[in-house]
Amino acid sequence: MGRLSVSLSGWELDNPIIPASGTFGYGKEFAELYDINCLGTFSFKGTTREARFGNPTPRIAECPAGLINSVGLQNPGVDHVLEVELPQMKAYFHKKVIANVGGFSVEDYVEACGKLSRSDQVGLLEVNISCPNVEHGGMTFGVSPEAAAEVTRAVKKVSSKPVYVKLSPNVTDIVPIAKACEEAGADGLSLINTLLGMRIDPRTRRPVIANRMGGYSGKGIFPVALRMVYQVYEAVSIPVIGMGGVSTAEDVIEMMLAGAAAVEVGSANLVDPWVCKHIIDDLPRVMDKYGMKELKDIIGGAHHG
Amino acid sequence: MKQVLFTIRENTPLTGDVCRMVLEGDTGAITAPGQFVNVQVPGFTLRRPISVCDWEKGKLTLVYKIVGGGTAKLEEMKPGERLDILTGLGNGFDTAKSGQKPLLIGGGVGTPPLYALCKKLLAEGKEPTALLGFRSEKEVILAEEFKALGAEVCIATEDGSVGTKGFVTAVMPRLTYSYLYACGPIPMLKAVDGAAQTSGQLSFEERMGCGFGVCMGCSWMTKNGSKRICTDGPVLEREELLWDA
Repeated sequence: MGRLSVSLSGWELDNPIIPASGTFGYGKEFAELYDINCLGTFSFKGTTREARFGNPTPRIAECPAGLINSVGLQNPGVDHVLEVELPQMKAYFHKKVIANVGGFSVEDYVEACGKLSRSDQVGLLEVNISCPNVEHGGMTFGVSPEAAAEVTRAVKKVSSKPVYVKLSPNVTDIVPIAKACEEAGADGLSLINTLLGMRIDPRTRRPVIANRMGGYSGKGIFPVALRMVYQVYEAVSIPVIGMGGVSTAEDVIEMMLAGAAAVEVGSANLVDPWVCKHIIDDLPRVMDKYGMKELKDIIGGAHHG
Repeated sequence: MKQVLFTIRENTPLTGDVCRMVLEGDTGAITAPGQFVNVQVPGFTLRRPISVCDWEKGKLTLVYKIVGGGTAKLEEMKPGERLDILTGLGNGFDTAKSGQKPLLIGGGVGTPPLYALCKKLLAEGKEPTALLGFRSEKEVILAEEFKALGAEVCIATEDGSVGTKGFVTAVMPRLTYSYLYACGPIPMLKAVDGAAQTSGQLSFEERMGCGFGVCMGCSWMTKNGSKRICTDGPVLEREELLWDA
C-alpha cells in the first residue's frame, strides 16, 4: 500500500479520492476521458427501488461559488443497475464501487440495499437520507435522529456490506443524528449532502429552479462541510467520508485533518471532468509541502494537541 | 469531448446583445453541425453551453447572446485572452436524412448552429433554404452570411420591419421542402413542429450542469424515454417529442 492509501471498514483504497454520487453517473463518460481505475473508488448515481425520471427542468442554477441542482434522484431503478449498469461497469472499472441508495420509505431502502449488497462489485452502501430534492422521504429521514436510526437499523439487517449513512447539513445540529446512526449500527458516515438553497430570476420574478428550491453545492460550501466533518469526527468512533466543495488536493488534506477517512469530490467533476485525476496526481506534492509521509496518519489531525 | 485552451481572436457585437467570437485552437473534437461547446467563463462556476456557429481546423466561431452575468463577462473579453472550453459536445444534426431541399428554420439566437449545417448541406450538393425569424430588423443576424454561402434566405420579423411580418410559421406554408431542421426558442419550435409537412430535427436548449451526460440536470422525457439534452441531444427527432411532458 502506498502513502496515499486509506481504508474504510477494512476495505483498502489506493487513495482517498472518491467521485461523489450524482456527479459521476456510473463512470462511463469519465472512463472515456481517463483510466478511472486511478480513483480510490467512486459512488455511483443514487439508486432507488423503482426507476425515477426526477424533477421538471430547469433543474440547475448557477450560484456564487457553486450551483444548485434539483435533479430529484433520476435513476433507472435498482434492478436495471444490477442487470445493466454494474455488468457494463466491469469493462472499465476493476475496483469495487460505492452503491448510493435513495428511498421514500424504510421498505424502499431495505429493498434496494438488500439487492445491491449482494453484488460482488459493491464495496459498501452509502444510504442517502439527505436528498433535499424529493418530497416524502429523502431528507425527512436525515433531519431526525429517530428516523435516521430506524433506516440505519433496517438496512443493517439486510446488508452484508458495510453501511455508511449520508447525512444532511440542513439540520440545527448534525451531531445527534450522526450519533443515532452510529448507535443503530452504521459502519460509517458520509457528509455532507447539499444545502437547501434557491435563486430567483429578477426578470421573470420566479424561482430559477422549476421545483423552486434545490441543493447548493460547490466551493462555497467547503467551510460548512469541513466544520460538520470536524464536529462529527469528535462525536463518533466510526469512519467519516468527508465531502462538500472539495476541488483541490489542499482541500482533501484539510478535510482529512478535520477527520475524514476518505474524501468525495462532487460538483468539481461537472466543471473539470479530470479534476479527480488531477487531485490524485497532486496529492504527493502537497503532502511533501506539509511534511506528511502517509495520508492515513493525518486523519483527524486537527483534533490533537 | 476534448478540453482545449482557445485564444480569442475576435469578439465583436453583431447586434445590441448578440456577439460573434472567433477563437483559435484545436477543433478536432467537433464532428457535426449542431454540436456545442461548454465555455469556462472566468469568475463563474458552471460552464456556459454555446452552440458552434462554424468551425474549421484551428478556428472556432461562436455567436452568443448576452443573457446574464456569464455571457456579459464573455462580451468584455478581449482578443488575445484565453478560454478553457470543452468541445465536441452533443449529437449535432444528421444530414443523411435531409433530402434534396431541406428547410432550415432559425429563431433569433437559435440561428447560429444552422450556419454550419447549411454549409455542410451545400457541400453535399443539396439546396437548403434558410428561414430566419427575429423580433425586428435590428436583431437580424447571419442573414447575409447564409446568402454568401449560396443558400436561399427568407426572413420573418414580428414587427414586419424586414421580410414577412409575423412568425416563421407565417412563411412555412409557402415553402416546399424535403426535410426540416430548426433551432430557436421553445414556443417557436413547438409552432414549427405543428406546421411541419415533413420529418425533421429540432435543436433544444436547457440549463445544464456538466454538458457531458453525468449530472442529469437537462433530462427531457421523450417517446423514446428520458434523454439528456447535452448528450442524447441537443438535436431530437420530431417524431420522438413529447411537448407536454
